[in-house]
Amino acid sequence: MLGLNKKDMSLLLIVGALALLAPFILNPFPADSAMAQFNAGYPDLMQRFVIFGIFAIGFNILFGLTGYLSFGHAAFLGVGSYSAVWMFKLLSMNVVPAILLSVIVAGLFSLVIGFVSLRRSGIYFSILTLAFAQMSFNLAYSVLTPITNGETGLQLTLNDPRVLGVSQTADGSIPVTNLFGMEMRSTFEMDLGPWLFQFNTGYYLCAILMLLSFYLSVRIFRSPFGMMLRAVKSNQHRMNYTGLNTRPYTLAAFVISGMYAGLAGGLLASMDPLAGAERMQWTASGEVVLMTILGGAGTLLGPILGAGFIKYFENIFSKINDSVLHGWFGFMPDGLEDFIVTIVHPFVGKGWHLTLGLMFMAVVIFLPGGLIEGGQRIGKLFSRKSKKSDGGDAEHHPKQTPHVAE
Amino acid sequence: MDAILLQILNGLDKGSAYALIALGLTLIFGTLGVVNFAHGALFMIGSFCAVTLSKILTLSYEVVDETQKDFLGNPLKVKTPYVESWFGPEAGGAIIDWAVPLAILFAIPIMISIGFIMERGLIKHFYKRPHADQILVTFGLAIVLQEVIKYFYGANPIPTPAPDVFRGSFDFGVLLGFDPNAIIYPYWRLVYFGFAAVIIGAVFAFLQFTTFGMVVRAGMADRETVGLLGINIDKRFTIMFGIAAAVAGLAGVMYAPINSPNYHMGMDFLVLSFVVVVVGGMGSLPGAVLAGFMLGILESFASMNEVKSIIPGIDQIIIYLVAIIILLTRPRGLMGRKGVMED
Repeated sequence: MLGLNKKDMSLLLIVGALALLAPFILNPFPADSAMAQFNAGYPDLMQRFVIFGIFAIGFNILFGLTGYLSFGHAAFLGVGSYSAVWMFKLLSMNVVPAILLSVIVAGLFSLVIGFVSLRRSGIYFSILTLAFAQMSFNLAYSVLTPITNGETGLQLTLNDPRVLGVSQTADGSIPVTNLFGMEMRSTFEMDLGPWLFQFNTGYYLCAILMLLSFYLSVRIFRSPFGMMLRAVKSNQHRMNYTGLNTRPYTLAAFVISGMYAGLAGGLLASMDPLAGAERMQWTASGEVVLMTILGGAGTLLGPILGAGFIKYFENIFSKINDSVLHGWFGFMPDGLEDFIVTIVHPFVGKGWHLTLGLMFMAVVIFLPGGLIEGGQRIGKLFSRKSKKSDGGDAEHHPKQTPHVAE
Repeated sequence: MDAILLQILNGLDKGSAYALIALGLTLIFGTLGVVNFAHGALFMIGSFCAVTLSKILTLSYEVVDETQKDFLGNPLKVKTPYVESWFGPEAGGAIIDWAVPLAILFAIPIMISIGFIMERGLIKHFYKRPHADQILVTFGLAIVLQEVIKYFYGANPIPTPAPDVFRGSFDFGVLLGFDPNAIIYPYWRLVYFGFAAVIIGAVFAFLQFTTFGMVVRAGMADRETVGLLGINIDKRFTIMFGIAAAVAGLAGVMYAPINSPNYHMGMDFLVLSFVVVVVGGMGSLPGAVLAGFMLGILESFASMNEVKSIIPGIDQIIIYLVAIIILLTRPRGLMGRKGVMED
């Protein structure tokens, strides 16, 4: 179905089900219970899950398939955000033109940068993309202030023309982003006993776009084009010796991943119509690298998993403070409680980046394939056990070849 | 003419910092073949060595002085650093004043041991892994080091002044026959430049004129053969890693008075230093130094108002622009060797 084989189809269905049911899945704890702070089912966070999922999926098409490590992908996200906000300022508050423009602009931008950067490979490519991204970041802060509004960031105002919409609503406020009248921020709340589930229009728009991007990336992974990209990763020299020019393929991958980043940027701006230069800084590029590696570069599901993982811990871990910790360890004797709180304190709250750094190092050292590889290893552990129980060992008991006469 | 000279001088101190960090990066890359993204963090830790020493030296005890009253009429509490009480106010005050230069002695053993621990504990396991993995793991380490420093010292910059002697500026113009005040230059920056020159010279002399340095250079050229000759090259490379860490750390110590240390200063310098290394040519020590000074000076020229009025914003992007042009026209960088990092 849809040009996918059975395995990929079930993967797509699983991701789809997870994305569409996320408001339930991410809210497992009743709203007033002590565990409620582990709930991630609120619109703002869920939107970021899927938006950064899109970003990481796109990055993975470049890094996972071709092995080109770009350290400047946040520039495309930033450019996408800026163009979306400009669309809101000039045309209308409908998100469709904004998202389209952000994808197109990011695509063009990545075409230019990719064309230059892809002349080199390896660390030189990383440095070139980093240099371009830092240039865009610095320019956005200084000279391009008329376009980017410098440090303040680009925001909507009451005086924006908005040709196809209204400059301000009847009650004199800035209109909100919408999809043909459906407001992005409108949320349908469902009380189910002690649980509170929130269904946000913006989230579902992002989720559907994420599913489309995921589907597209599956198709790319399984296509001859994807095969070509993998060949580039495994041995570019050999590809060149066979007389093949690999650059059009890598450039196409670069532009596609740039467009994904632009889409993510456009969505970020659609959910919250402002754009700042800090989205383009190289730490932001580093973050998407972290997401992809943490989840598992080169796998289909990895980047989404990594993006969700990092964004979840960023929000949840950074909210834990000392009083919460005291609440958890309250059952212990006082001295021990204080001791444990002191130990845990540097790793949560404001220090959550320390946890992220340690986690990331551990993944790179022990699990180069990321969380997906970890999952596979655990899975293998179990399947090996079950195999042993039925006594079959494929290597030592090869299947008997059937007689021709049979 | 005097304006040009002034810009060259202004470029020298930043250029010195770039050159020192890039030198360390290149040493590590040339010997161990590892791309160390945590090198900026080492620079930052060096800076915080200066902060720590000046904090230790100003540890003080309080004495209630009955003869003096504060504005509320209570007896005034007088803080006296221990150092002053041990060595007398004169000598003690001088020691506290000279905290930053003293931190050099303090930082060398610390940085070398950090370098050893890093190499033996982590980097050793990454020789055989792809460069991307090395970049990623050291990037993670940089985040960790940065957060640890932030945890202990807070997120705000900590001013760490230079000794009183070096406060104020030197009037270069008079020396060269220009008008007074045409070229004035802070003393400490002169000191920094001189210090950087000494360190760079020392590293080159060490590599060029000692037996140890000769073996290391041989190992850089052909590691396998040197190993086959029965020389324990790994041990020497570990020592070189320690030296590279110490170079970055000392660059940081002396930079503390120029720019108050904060926990993310390493990352800010790291990106630029990598650009410097690549412009100079991966694995080329003279290239790293040359590119460091060149980019530092270019940056300060680009921030002249005359230049900015022709090309607005050039001061923000000049380094990256130069890097892009050089990488595209001279693929190996300014002085890169053949066959290094060419996949």
